[in-house]
Amino acid sequence: MLDEIKLLDKDGMRLDGRKLDQLRPIRMEAGVLDNADGSAYIEWGGNKVIAAVYGPREAQPKYLQDPSKAIVQVSYNMAAFSSDERVRPGPNRRATEISKITAEALESVVLTGNFPRASIDVYIEVLEADAGTRCAGLTAASIAIADAGIPMKDLVAACAVGKIDGQLALDLGKKEDNFGQADMPLGFVPGTGEISLLQMDGHMTIAEFKAAMQMCMAACKHIHELQRDALRRRYAVNYADMSEPEAEQ
Amino acid sequence: MFGCDAMADDVQRTDRVIVVPGEQVGDSELKSGNGTYRKGDLIFSAQLGIVNFRAGFVNVIPFAGKYSPKPGDSIIGIVQDAGPNSWMVDIGCPYPAFLHANESPWKVEFGATTQHLNVGDVVLAKIGQVDETRRVNLTMKEQGLRKLNTGQIMKIVHTKVPRIIGKNGSMISLLKEHTGCRIFIGQNGTIWIDGELEGMRKASAAINIIDRGTHLHGLTDEVRAYLNGNPPGNDDERM
Repeated sequence: MLDEIKLLDKDGMRLDGRKLDQLRPIRMEAGVLDNADGSAYIEWGGNKVIAAVYGPREAQPKYLQDPSKAIVQVSYNMAAFSSDERVRPGPNRRATEISKITAEALESVVLTGNFPRASIDVYIEVLEADAGTRCAGLTAASIAIADAGIPMKDLVAACAVGKIDGQLALDLGKKEDNFGQADMPLGFVPGTGEISLLQMDGHMTIAEFKAAMQMCMAACKHIHELQRDALRRRYAVNYADMSEPEAEQ
Repeated sequence: MFGCDAMADDVQRTDRVIVVPGEQVGDSELKSGNGTYRKGDLIFSAQLGIVNFRAGFVNVIPFAGKYSPKPGDSIIGIVQDAGPNSWMVDIGCPYPAFLHANESPWKVEFGATTQHLNVGDVVLAKIGQVDETRRVNLTMKEQGLRKLNTGQIMKIVHTKVPRIIGKNGSMISLLKEHTGCRIFIGQNGTIWIDGELEGMRKASAAINIIDRGTHLHGLTDEVRAYLNGNPPGNDDERM
């Protein structure tokens, strides 16, 4: 089965017509929800993800409170209609894992020391899934945290890189993810050069891994720019004197 | 008079640029102020907001965010809970503030706190102490601090408080003059308005205009025009 599906054509183009180092189209918007303290919406290829942030607020239950810093709690959830097969509602092994790694990735950039005993609650809702939702979720969540006015070192940008038909490819689509040889999501903090999330499925040689990291970090820098634009655009509307160019997507 | 934070009084218009977290806002010649952090020689923004340079400091005035209590701030709080000897007051920061019976203006018998303040009551108080773990103590022992019995309250983002007060209190006195209301603005962004019904309606509408256009110039003129009976041009633009 694995060998029967060709993910690259003879010109080296992918199933959706992308080049190996090309991202899917990405659109981001900050401040889409009124009731949350901060929010963001992202469309990334076929993914549609909303992130909402509440807090900092007093951590509940009380035993979770840390008297020296705030905690970041993330709930990643896929809507029942997000995939072609119905997703059974409620937490599962995969959602719990993604919630945990996203919380850790965000905690590394949020200045948690400013809010002892508090909790920053992030809700990531996947409305439509098409591979790479954890990266889209993390990217949206960091915009939402900034939108909530929570102090942070920098925004986290995330992107995946993988291996299809023996070649490294950026930002895998659903088929590439299912039938490729490797998938590696990366969360990157461009300002500090830190890596706040790194996972891998499948196999890569060390040389491939190094090349994949370079490729993915470059993509994250591009995504980081899109994140910044989304945040600026949120307030540029009211900002008559600003001569900020409209963000290009 | 209103404990007005001097910060807003001389905001320099030229440097009002939107920055996002992680963006560089200064170098070694400046000092790192509110909403920023230092890494090595450079200063970066920690929040989404506008840059402001003042007295050698670079600050970022955030667009959103929770109020962080500072000792001496006058605030308006809502009583959340009453204990035998104290009250917990919601002041819009991540933690409820603690008001001990001894810090109230009344002689409170043990267990009789609800005779003076009950859940849902609104108080005008001052931040006494804030410790490292951000436990907040309130006091009502100073003159003018009291329970607010009449009028209405409204809430805005605390960073917009200086704009509602205006330069040397210009905006607030404009509001008071035209509406005949008593108005008090807590540093936590809670505003108390008391007066005739029509005046209160006008005052809250004017505050909404300020709330919407905080980072626009010529705001005082727009508010004055509204109070004089001319509807503001962009009244319906809000989403």
